[in-house]
Amino acid sequence: MSTAATDYTLAELCIVAAAEAFRHDGEVLATGIGVIPRLAASLAMKTFNPDLMMTDSEAFLLSEPNPLGKRPADFQQANETWMGFSRIFDNVWSGKRHAMLGPTQIDRFGQTNTSALGGTYQQPKVMMLGARGFPGNSICHANSFFVPGHNTRVFMDGECDFVSSIGYNPARLPRGRALDDVDIRRVVTNLCVMDFGGPNHQIRLLSLHPGVTVDEVQENTGYPIAVPADVPTTPAPTVEQLAIIADLDPHNQRAAQIADNPPGIRA
Amino acid sequence: MDKRLSARDAVAQIEDGMTVGIGGWGPRRKPMALVREILRSDVKDLTVVAYGGADVGMLCAAGKVKKLVFAFVSLDFIPLEPYFRQARQSGAIEVMEIDEGMMLLGLRAAAWGLPFIPTAVGLGTDIINQNPDIKLVDSPYDDKEWVAMPALNLDVSLIHVDRADFRGVCQISGPDHYLDDWFARAAKTTIVSCDELVDTTFFADPARAREVFWERAATSAIVEIPGGAHPTSCNPLYGFDVAHFKAYNASAKDGGIESYLNTYLGADEAEYQRNVGGLDAIRALALPTY
Repeated sequence: MSTAATDYTLAELCIVAAAEAFRHDGEVLATGIGVIPRLAASLAMKTFNPDLMMTDSEAFLLSEPNPLGKRPADFQQANETWMGFSRIFDNVWSGKRHAMLGPTQIDRFGQTNTSALGGTYQQPKVMMLGARGFPGNSICHANSFFVPGHNTRVFMDGECDFVSSIGYNPARLPRGRALDDVDIRRVVTNLCVMDFGGPNHQIRLLSLHPGVTVDEVQENTGYPIAVPADVPTTPAPTVEQLAIIADLDPHNQRAAQIADNPPGIRA
Repeated sequence: MDKRLSARDAVAQIEDGMTVGIGGWGPRRKPMALVREILRSDVKDLTVVAYGGADVGMLCAAGKVKKLVFAFVSLDFIPLEPYFRQARQSGAIEVMEIDEGMMLLGLRAAAWGLPFIPTAVGLGTDIINQNPDIKLVDSPYDDKEWVAMPALNLDVSLIHVDRADFRGVCQISGPDHYLDDWFARAAKTTIVSCDELVDTTFFADPARAREVFWERAATSAIVEIPGGAHPTSCNPLYGFDVAHFKAYNASAKDGGIESYLNTYLGADEAEYQRNVGGLDAIRALALPTY
């Protein structure tokens, strides 16, 4: 009952690839921060995983995802319960959550940085947001990442300048815990889909977006990627999925998420 | 007990070197009029604890902050707070950078009179490596190590609410009271500004009483300041002032905090509100859509 689309943008391909991260989650809070992760979680909830929970990005849990951006004056969101910030932590610490976020750095251990670049910790060259909720998210529940510009500044050589979230780094493993306790799922970028399922939790290529080569991904990654013998092409969105995405994003915010909003199939 | 005070008298309770918690979240329902009163005062060397926005940026830029306890500082639609960045990038402030949830635990520990609350949050990250004051502890019940999140004991908390009565019963009718109840409980002195002072009978309606998130014993002072959260939001009364935040953000690149304060701060809140277009303009600010 589904027809693969032939005309779609790279952003839409990424939304569909990122939605797959939530397919087998069951009844957890899906938190997508940013336009593409939020649309991915919303698409998953509207289609193959209706058990997902989602917030209005403010203070209520919804039984139906909100469309992005300005909504009609008579729009009534489908509130399910109150879910203010203090209660979010009760959910985070219970583990019943899967977040997808876009950190500034992701190192070979899957550790991420959202806080500070360069210089010293007392006087960083570039100060960003801060650790936010990354430390708690990473030790408590599943996490995926979305990277709109896959390059060696994000996937950098060495270790993150500031480690905001725990990854598969044996040197930082807390006493009494196993690396397998860390639960990093998908890494979706403008080039490919990866996970940390390689040997010893090495980053691994899962699929390449149409027209992208293994060499291109490796050249833009500051550490070696495990490449299986057979790397499929990231599946195209279906016509049905594109229609749902269009409904969820009526102001086409997705068009502004990847530089120049390229087509999903390279010209 | 009548807890009403002027903004100036309330903020005069803050002394050099004190630890001050600030309620709200990023650009949402911050006690900005009370923050402005700090900017007009001589107080200095503060340790500030906040889910930070322009409150933190302004206090840093004005040289009021010795140390900042934070998980993020952001204006949301402008992700990076310009003056907080300058303070960090010039090495001007000490920091205790923690996870958002660790801040909640630290406030709870303070409220409950505990030295710390154990948690897994922070394990394996630079939150631990860069904070020598945050210790790891053994559990008497398992073989794992845990983070001992220390109490964030506050001398003073500053909070803005929709409505309050003269005894300190405070209503927050917006969608989220954030962690304001814990800021109120974690402090020795809690100063609350309100958009509207109401009669005590206002709270007789159980629906309104359910919008009161801490008991009046946790409120020390009430300051009536209509529009007192501007330029942050006080949903449902008004949204945040996008144009004002853009001007504030631009001032960091051109003119600095002095130009911003010279343009807007004024000698008191009445003058500030004249400088930003008046209370009616504040109350007309549209609510944000997330």
